Amino acid sequence: MARLKIPRKVMNPPIVRGFKPYGKEQGADNFESITLNFEEYEALKLCDYDMYNHSQASAIMNVSRPTFTRIYASARIKISKAFVEGRQIEIEGGKVYFDSEWFRCSSCECNFNNPHMQEKVTSCPLCGSKEVSSYPSNNEETATEDTCYCPTCGFEKRHQHGNRCNKELCPTCNKPMKRRGRQ
Amino acid sequence: MKIAITSKGNTLESELDPRFGHCAFFTIYDKTSGGFEVIPNPYKGNEEQAGTQAVKFLKDRGVEKIVSGDFGLKVKPLLNSLLIQMIVIKKPNTTINQIIELINH
Repeated sequence: MARLKIPRKVMNPPIVRGFKPYGKEQGADNFESITLNFEEYEALKLCDYDMYNHSQASAIMNVSRPTFTRIYASARIKISKAFVEGRQIEIEGGKVYFDSEWFRCSSCECNFNNPHMQEKVTSCPLCGSKEVSSYPSNNEETATEDTCYCPTCGFEKRHQHGNRCNKELCPTCNKPMKRRGRQ
Repeated sequence: MKIAITSKGNTLESELDPRFGHCAFFTIYDKTSGGFEVIPNPYKGNEEQAGTQAVKFLKDRGVEKIVSGDFGLKVKPLLNSLLIQMIVIKKPNTTINQIIELINH
């Protein structure tokens, strides 16, 4: 028996159920539509709309990085096929579970989620304070063995995957940092 | 709007129960009228499915928000699909009175 698929986490379900082409040549409209899964929609959104890299996006969807790349590749194949052949796209199905974003209120020290995903969270539902920040539900950092260091003052920290060290500034002396470990 | 708070006892001075499915009592507070009712959790002794049945129990009473110490793996997606908001308070020794005061701010 094949290994079971891990359910993919979808935080932002699409606001439409599909897409329809228009202005077709005559006789070209008896094509079957293409089914884009929710996980493929989410992968495309995280990668191309929110501009996350594959590693960060895979952590958000709770799958491994290679699996994420496969989902993303499949999404692009399906969408290009729909574009070229003028087919309709339906967004449905897939091995997914829906989860909402979690937030943290620093005034009353509570965590809360936002089940109404279309509405923006501005205040804490408990104490009404405006000091809310987003709280990642799986905040395991993708750390590597590499370190980032500051050539001026010698400050060091663990390198975080996906962050460019040479674009970051040292917290103590505000000079650009460098990465150690990759030759 | 009704808010359910899991509690260890049946008074307003009792503490917040850190579990959801196996908590002792549910305090259902009505924000619009200011009234509250305390209901003993009928699924407290269940070994299985206590959380999911408790969700159904509270949903039938029109609860829109639930305050507890933590929610289980089965309960979280269920509450998400029912559009019930979860509020998690990790601070120990919080009493029901304090939470109601926070809600009324």
